Parts: sequence; C-alpha cells; structure tokens
Amino acid sequence: MSTSEPMIQRELQKRFTEVTPPLTNQEAFQESQRCLYCYDAPCIQACPTGIDIPTFIKKIASGNMKGSAKTIMTANPVGASCARVCPTEELCEGACVLNHSTKPILIGNLQRYATDWAIKNDQVLFKEGQSNGKSVAIVGGGPAGLSAARELALLGYSVTVYEAEKQAGGLDTYGIVSFRLPKAISLWEVEQIEKLGVTIKTGVKIGKDIPFHELLSTNDRVILAIGMANVPDLQIPGEQAEGVYDAIELVKTTKDAPFPTHLKDKKVVVIGAGNTAIDGATCSIRLGAENVKILYRRSEQEMTAYDFEYEFAKQDGVEFRWLTQPVEIVTNEAGQVKGMKCVKMKLSEAAEDGRRRTEPIPNSEFLIECDAIVKAIGQKRHLSFIEDLGLAHNDGVILINPATMETSNPKIYACGDVIFGKGQGEAMVVSAAQQGKTAAYHMHESLKETYSA
Amino acid sequence: MADLRTNLAGITSPNPFWLASAPPTNSGYQVQRAFEAGWGGAVWKTLGDPILNVSSRYAAVHFNGQRVAGFNNIELITDRPLEVNLKEIYETKKKFPNHAVVASLMVEPNQEAWHEIVKKTEAAGVDGLELNFGCPHGMAERGMGSASGQVPELVEKQTYWAKEAADTPVIVKLTPNITDITATAEAAVRGGADAVSMINTINSLAGVDIDTWLPVPHVGGKGAHGGYCGPAVKPIALNMVSECARNNRINVPISGMGGVSNWQNAIEFMLMGASNVQICTAAMHHGFRIVEDLIDGLSTYLDERGILSVQDIIGKSVPTFSDWGNLDLNYKVVARINNEVCINCNKCHIACEDTSHQCIDMLNDPNGHAILQVREEDCVGCNLCSIVCPVDGAIDMVELKSDLPPMTWNERQSLIGSLKDRKVTK
Repeated sequence: MSTSEPMIQRELQKRFTEVTPPLTNQEAFQESQRCLYCYDAPCIQACPTGIDIPTFIKKIASGNMKGSAKTIMTANPVGASCARVCPTEELCEGACVLNHSTKPILIGNLQRYATDWAIKNDQVLFKEGQSNGKSVAIVGGGPAGLSAARELALLGYSVTVYEAEKQAGGLDTYGIVSFRLPKAISLWEVEQIEKLGVTIKTGVKIGKDIPFHELLSTNDRVILAIGMANVPDLQIPGEQAEGVYDAIELVKTTKDAPFPTHLKDKKVVVIGAGNTAIDGATCSIRLGAENVKILYRRSEQEMTAYDFEYEFAKQDGVEFRWLTQPVEIVTNEAGQVKGMKCVKMKLSEAAEDGRRRTEPIPNSEFLIECDAIVKAIGQKRHLSFIEDLGLAHNDGVILINPATMETSNPKIYACGDVIFGKGQGEAMVVSAAQQGKTAAYHMHESLKETYSA
Repeated sequence: MADLRTNLAGITSPNPFWLASAPPTNSGYQVQRAFEAGWGGAVWKTLGDPILNVSSRYAAVHFNGQRVAGFNNIELITDRPLEVNLKEIYETKKKFPNHAVVASLMVEPNQEAWHEIVKKTEAAGVDGLELNFGCPHGMAERGMGSASGQVPELVEKQTYWAKEAADTPVIVKLTPNITDITATAEAAVRGGADAVSMINTINSLAGVDIDTWLPVPHVGGKGAHGGYCGPAVKPIALNMVSECARNNRINVPISGMGGVSNWQNAIEFMLMGASNVQICTAAMHHGFRIVEDLIDGLSTYLDERGILSVQDIIGKSVPTFSDWGNLDLNYKVVARINNEVCINCNKCHIACEDTSHQCIDMLNDPNGHAILQVREEDCVGCNLCSIVCPVDGAIDMVELKSDLPPMTWNERQSLIGSLKDRKVTK
C-alpha cells in the first residue's frame, strides 16, 4: 500500500510543527507570579538587548498583555523570535537569582507567551517617528537589519531594506528549523516593521540588481547586515556527487510546504557539530531519514552546539561520531553518494587559545555507508562583495568600531553575522538585534548635527 | 499525645477546633460530616425567623495568584424553618454526645423573643448558645446583628434577656465594626455573658468588576456591602482578641476567630487568650478534612514542647501585649544580611532606599561579587528588608545591646513631669 503525497505532506507538516508547546494561560500566570521582580535584575544585564524582563513578567501577572509585549519588543525588535531561539540558560534564565534557591523563571516561554498574545490579537505596538528628512538604506533584512530599520523608523528616518530572498527575516525566516521557530513568527516581526513605514524590497540583490554606490549616493547612510553566505566545501574528493547538501539550504526547504521527500529512508551523515549541524540532523530525521549520524573531528567538549540542542538531537535519535574526520566521499557509478570514508582522530593538549588540536590516527581509515551528506561546517563570507566596497575586513569579517558599529567608511555601518568572527561579535540572533540598535543610535547621533541646524 | 480537650465556660469539646456559625454549619448533614472528620464543635448557622436569601452571595479577594486571601459574603442567617434545624440539632447531639453543639441565635431586640428562642433551642439539647450581635449585612438593616451589636446598651440588655431564660452557657459574638471592641465586650460581661466570641465579619465590598463596572458580587446589577473574613482579617481579629484578653473587666473566656487557617494561627489565638478557635473560611476553601492537620499540627507542637494539655497555652502571651507607651525606647535591633544565603535580588535595597531609611548598600566584595550590606548606624530596625526578602535566613534582625537602661515613653514622660513639678515647687 502506497501512501499518497497529500498524506505524506500532512505528516511532514505535523513533524515540522513547533515542538515546545506554548504555556497555557494558567501556567503563564503562575510562572509570572513566581518572578521576584528583582531590582537591578541580573536577567536584564544578561540579555544582550537589555529587555526589562521583570517588568514584562510583572505585566503578564497584572494582565497587561499589550504592555508586556511592548516592553519586550521595545528592547528587541525580533523579541518574538528570540523568545524561541535564544540560549536562555546561558543568558537571562542562567542569570536568574532563583537558580540559587529553586528553579529559574521560564523567561523565554513567558516572552513567547506575551509576544504570541500580540501576534494573535493583531496588535500594532509602535508608531513611526515624525519624519526627519533623512534616509537610510539597509542591505540585508535579517535580525540585525530589521532591528536597525525599526529603531531608525521610530526616530523618523526614511528606511529602505534590501533583501535578496523572497521574504525578509533572514535566518529567522529561513535558517532556523520551523519546529523551533515557525516562519510566521519571523514574518510577523517583519510586518511590524513594515507598518512603521519601512520599505522592504525583497528579491533584490545589491551589487547585482542595484549597484552599491547607488545606495550610498542616494541615502544619508547605509547599513550592511548581509550576514554570511553558504556552507563552504569540505575540500575532499567526491564533493560534487549527487546527494551532498548544504545544511542551511536544507533547512530552508523545510520552512514551508511542500516539504522535500528526498531524504526519506536515507542514511544521512551530517558533517559538523554547531547549531546548524544540529538543525540539519534533526531536519533529516523529520524528513524520514532512516539513520542520521553527526560526524565531528573533535569531541563532545569542543562542539559549539548548545547543550539543549545536543539533548534535543539525541532525543530525536541522532547518533554522534566524535573524533571522526571525513576524508573522501564514496560514490557509485551513477555519481551518487554511497558512503563517507573517515579517519579516527585523537586530541592533543590544549593549544594557546585553549582549544585542543586534533590529529589523525595512522591507519584508522574506515567507511560509513550513507546515501546523503549534509555539510554544516560553518558559513562562507561575502568576501568579494566586501572587497568591492573597499571596507577594512579580516578574511571577510568587516571590521567595525564595536561601540558604534561604524566601518572604515563613516557612511557605512555594519552589524549582524557580517561582523561576527575572528574574535569579534556574537553569533546569536539576540546579539544581531542589539547590534542593529547600536548602529541605528550611533548613526542617529552622527547625523543629528546635520538636521538640527 | 497532648490532651486537646478544651472547656469554654463549661462547654467541653474533644479539641479546640469549632466550625463557626456560617454556611458549613447550615444542616445536620454538614455538622455530622464535620464531626466525623474530627471537628471538636460546631456553632450552628444562626437560628431565627427564616429569611430569604439572594442568589450570588460570595466573593473572594485573590492576591498574586493565591486564591481566597479574603472572603466576602452577603448571605443571611438560616433560611430553614426553626423546627427543622432544632430536629437536626437534636439528632446530631444524640449521635455525637461528646462534641460541642452550640446554637447561634438572632432575634429582634425584645425580651420575649429572646426568651422564646432560648427555651426552644435549649430543648433541642444544645451545649450552649451564641448570640449573634455581629452579622453586618442584611440583618443589621432590620435592627439585628451588628446593628444591635454596635450599641453597648443593646448588647448588655439582650445578653441579660437571653441569660434570664438560659440554662446553658451564653456566648456573645461581637462585631468588629466598632471603634473599640472592648466596649461591647464589657457590655456583654455586664449583661451576664459566660463567654465572648470574636470577630464576626467586617463590612466589605469585595471588588468592582472593571469590565462591567458592577460591584462584586452583584445581584442582578446591584450590590450591597457584605461581611469580610478569611486570612486577610486575621491580624485584626487577633488584635481584638488580645485587647479583650488583657482587659481585666472582660473576665470571661474568649472564643477566637477571624482568619484562622492552620494550627499555627490557632496557637497564636490561644496564646493571646482564646480558649478555643472557630473556623469557617478555611473549611469553605478546602473542606472539612483540614481539621486533620489542625489537630495533628497542634498535637505535635505541644508534644515537642512537653506541654501536656492545650489549655496550658491559653493566654500565655497576653502579658507580653501592652500599649505602645510601655515599649522600651532603648531597645534596638538592626538588619544583618547573610551574603552566603542572599541571592542578590536586591529587593531589600530598593525597599529600604525608596521607602524606608536608605541604609542598605549594593557593593562588591574584594572578589568583585555583588553583595548587600547594611549600614547599622543608620538602620532603625524597621524589619522591612527582612519582610520583603524572599529567602529564609538571608536577613537576620539582630539585637544590639544598648548602653542605656530600658526606658519607655510613659516612664520618660512621667520622669519629665516629675522634673517639671520639682521646678514649679521651687
């Protein structure tokens, strides 16, 4: 008996539905009552966007839901997404004083409760500022770009966001698995910003459809929030075989129906052990893969995925192969992936940066049979684009003044993943949001003189 | 196990926990269920001319997610015929001869009416009578309940009339809706009361619905004040009991009630002079089964202290309760923060800084860890920090030895007075 396509799609839709259930009204009410309403609360300090957490929780407790959502979204224009994707145990919840006496407040879930309320009740939380006659172009409509756009719109700027994809939202819309962050949440945030008069031009690639210098000459300032590019090559033989996928591209195909079915019953190998590797692996499981293994050349301690992600992947049935370095993709005559040749690695003493190096164990080669390979070993940079702009950078990481987000060109600011790396910035959505705010405020500061006169 | 038997003006019961006259004691069925659960006594819901009740009668005050911090009602006395109640009282007393069955009574303020109801009720076999001079709503508008309970002469006279006819002990239940409850308590004693009980409910409006703008509860769009009780009124009740207990002219036993919710509360009332306690709201919130912990907790408390009888604690704290003018002006406590236990919520700091005496500093210790520290020289020992602190043991209020001998305000004033007198005589 064969299963019909609509049935398969329905089943997949179910599998890609948000896994964490929302708090019920009762749960949210009780949890909000438990918050101590600390003064000078450490949770606020631990939030990169400085959300006044005790205040938004107090407002849930008092039944002031609109005020609660507004408190959140004021500090963080992508606060609904962050409620779902922030590593809260390392941020606000990790700082909660109740860690010492009982259990931390479920800050992320309460934030989701308040922002869900705003989404469900179709609330407009902000009003654009009075026009100041200045215009800003923002390249990239991800969390950093949107955050800057929102703040600038409130300050009265005419803002245009240029987004290469069909929809804005960046990683929140395309790059984070929908069972953690449904697309609709990110799109609501985009819509909130559009309602402030921000123009978002999607499907437009700057440097291709519109030359960058045009933005520079027609706007008072430009913000670069272009993020990073696709996953780099593994640089091993067999890379071009059929069945080798980019993890970010894979996740993107699962953010909307129809869901791909090409991984059904496949043995999948995921290379890498960061956030995206976990997303690639758990996506593969949900797409019906028979078996999913994550290969990582270092060990559990070195992996960059968060603990909760690791736990989640294990619960999903993802297997982990530590100290395993892929060396060659094995294909059949038709050029399809058939296996991954690997070598065993061993860890050396920690180097100066504290990270232990690995080295291959001689004669330890072995084969892992598989039908698909998902690459998740980081992301490439938009190197040539950045070079063309003549901005100072370090291997594609745009150099900025971290206090102002100003690049080597005082008319150009940069924020988000495009400035992350080489010891600069943070990879989190919430950090990108804060950088967007910082860029907006300092740009505003720098432009003040020009229109106050 | 300690002896929990109590005796209120000759009314004995297996333990000090009585159900107060209220909805839980409306019928024989309920009172018998209560006795089966372990309650020591019950004051039957007030007998009198059966009344008509309204629908929508109770409301509660919830606070920060906790339900029933306070409770409000506009229900009147019994709505069942007197004969039915008396028959059920008779049956209940027969089934539970060792339990205390007291009838609450309310009639118009006239001698004959009181004589008649006292005689009828005693014929049913009650162990005692409780005169309801406290019900603040409805009945008061008809000159009964708190309307008569607010006038000391009426309290005295009606108590006297009841006593004229009564063979069993007469308890007078007092209203708190009066400036000084000792005035009416004294009147009850002058009228011959064998005991007083307090408090009845406090005039209240539980709330206003901010969507409909109607009072809570309302009866078809209109509300009226009710009687307030439950945990929130306990401090008011405890003070009234204490004031009566330390008053030499009120030399009769006291039955304490008003917000008693657990065995600790019961002990507090008894230490402050109550011979037993009456409970209603806690039972209405959780059912009669709460009496198991009331008994168990009290019993364990007494056993742990080697106290053989619960009667040995009655009034033991009364001598410690006095007037402000008798407090030692030279006694000093200060707050000390235990930073090992402190979780750094900074609530003590902001409470002190904004609303008290600005003496708690947010500092860093030599290792850079945030700490809170009290400047003891500026601390007045108000307790606010320790009250708002959410963690047990993080703030201690410690006594500082004073260099000065104890001196109360009254002593100080009389000393100043005597010095002035001396000057004048010179």
